[in-house]
Amino acid sequence: MFGHRISRSGSAIVKQLAREGYKSTYGRRNLQRSYGHYLPSLPMVQTRTSQEAFFLKNHRFYTASASTPEEGDEETEKITIIFVDKDGEEIPVKVPIGMSVLEAAHENDIDLEGACEASLACSTCHVIVMDTEYYNKLEEPTDEENDMLDLAFGLTETSRLGCQVIASPELDGVHLAIPSATRNFAVDGFVPKPH
Amino acid sequence: MSRRYLARYLVSRYFSSSVSPRPLHVCIVGSGPAGFYTADKLLKAHEGARIDIIDRLPTPFGLVRSGVAPDHPETKIAINQFSRVAQHERCSFYGNVKLGSDLLLSELRDLYHVVVLAYGAESDKDLGIPGETLSGIYSAREFVWWYNGHPDYSSLKPDLTSSDTAVILGQGNVALDVARILLRPTTELASTDIARHALSALEESSIRKVFLVGRRGPVQAALTAKELREVLGIKNMHIRIKETDLSVTPADEEEMKNSRIRKRIYELLSKAAAAAGTSESDPDQRELHFVFFRQPDRFLESNERKGHVSGVNLEKTILESAGSGKQLAVGTGEFEDLNCSLVLKAIGYKSVPINGLPFDHKKGVVPNVRGRVVSQPVEGLSQTERGLYVCGWLKRGPVGIIATNLYCAEETVGSISEDIEEGVFTSSKEGSKGLMQLLEKREVKKVDFSGWEKVDAKEKQMGSERNKPREKLVTWDDLLAAAAAN
Repeated sequence: MFGHRISRSGSAIVKQLAREGYKSTYGRRNLQRSYGHYLPSLPMVQTRTSQEAFFLKNHRFYTASASTPEEGDEETEKITIIFVDKDGEEIPVKVPIGMSVLEAAHENDIDLEGACEASLACSTCHVIVMDTEYYNKLEEPTDEENDMLDLAFGLTETSRLGCQVIASPELDGVHLAIPSATRNFAVDGFVPKPH
Repeated sequence: MSRRYLARYLVSRYFSSSVSPRPLHVCIVGSGPAGFYTADKLLKAHEGARIDIIDRLPTPFGLVRSGVAPDHPETKIAINQFSRVAQHERCSFYGNVKLGSDLLLSELRDLYHVVVLAYGAESDKDLGIPGETLSGIYSAREFVWWYNGHPDYSSLKPDLTSSDTAVILGQGNVALDVARILLRPTTELASTDIARHALSALEESSIRKVFLVGRRGPVQAALTAKELREVLGIKNMHIRIKETDLSVTPADEEEMKNSRIRKRIYELLSKAAAAAGTSESDPDQRELHFVFFRQPDRFLESNERKGHVSGVNLEKTILESAGSGKQLAVGTGEFEDLNCSLVLKAIGYKSVPINGLPFDHKKGVVPNVRGRVVSQPVEGLSQTERGLYVCGWLKRGPVGIIATNLYCAEETVGSISEDIEEGVFTSSKEGSKGLMQLLEKREVKKVDFSGWEKVDAKEKQMGSERNKPREKLVTWDDLLAAAAAN
């Protein structure tokens, strides 16, 4: 009975994906690893569609050099950002220059929240820059970003908001940790937990 | 990998895992940020989780709808994500369902493997000083619910016309919110989703001076920079802070060294004090006074209007070290009166207990360990209540912002996951089906998410006629009628 219901929802997903076409590359990496540490879970396809709308809406975080990454578009310059998720797992992703870390996370199914959709009214996309050297390469946070960081959970000296950090060539190779209620991150001497 | 391949991959994953999992029936009580973040995290962590979110109101989103100030639309964007959760195929919302009257907690626990209580804090702390029941004194919660169109408080009618002065007790963000709503030009509020009755009353308001009273100093004020920066930017409004209040002690310095937010708030307040120009004789000028180092001793009754407040008697305080860098205010025995016709107490919310639920009356929270409800200790031994959890303000007290609930939910869901792995939930439960039968039997007119969408559409349509993002329906009858409309 339950199996039947699952197969139905599965085919619903196929339909939805077919409708969306080939516009983006959401969710590819996620399939190659188990997600969450309790039980393997399914990526929320439904959530992703609305995120797509959100990215289209937030043009100001896309610069001209980072047009929507098309399938097979090798022209756009990309850097590698390594997310360190709540389980301590390192997830390297390719990010076009000009894209915000929040967008990059969502495009790659990294579990980083964005409650206010990059309007600088929350601190849910808080990330910790793991290397001080990289942190210093970033532009100083604005007052408005600092106002939100004040309230961020597990604030560190090298904390930033993901929606305000924009991919640039000098950030190639940066490690960004996502704070967790069940883990403590320290920038110095941080050792990712084997998983 | 192409999209098509991804789709095939997804389907194969669905099929391969279709042998399990067993359904895990979950009921979340309360549809604010704590409830929705719990639902979101449970859905992601457990394929078998089937979640019903119930709320006593016909509308979802808790304080995002009735707490967040109308002039903070960007904070309300979180509703988008919560709506996606509510529309998830394994999640349902049922409004207008009251735990404690329509349903008992014991009944919910019989129906569901997991019950997560996330119904927040719907009452207020008391000062416990003479005169607190005089008219003209409200809790900030009542005032906030009034201007936000909460159906329980839409007929509050606070007195805004008897004088030009209001006193707000407390200096946190709620205090700042209500001060801003009282002082902000109503032309700026007119294009927000503020309730219509509140906008009309504020347009008639004679309040021009608001005093924000705090027991401690500018270094200890529990407000945040964004909100402070915002009031500093209000047109035609002057900030008043006594210069002597801004001097800091070595203990204050130490507090600022240890807290970046304290330091930044103090700097902003100092900047605002320095920028305060001399008063001009503009009749529409507004003043926001920060009154530090004062605690309310008693309320004064008006001679002309019996039973109505005419001011607050304040005692001066000084700070004393309470150990570990904390400083507490103690009275000095010196008193002064502050006259006003309106008092708003912004000294904190309090959760309300329900029958059959362990409750710590002193802290106003449900005793818990990482979200697992702990029963009243018998002979020093406390036990966790199987399948019963808390999240949000009911779990940790009425502090923090929306995002705090993200981590709070993560912790509670972590505890649930551990219990799942330990095989705590083996019995079979009826879940949603049982709830529907029970509600039907008791003739409870539940409002599901599509009912809310009708309310939402109607409010937005009414709002568009007045150049507002929405015009809230503010009575139970209107809300229930809109939700039931065809």
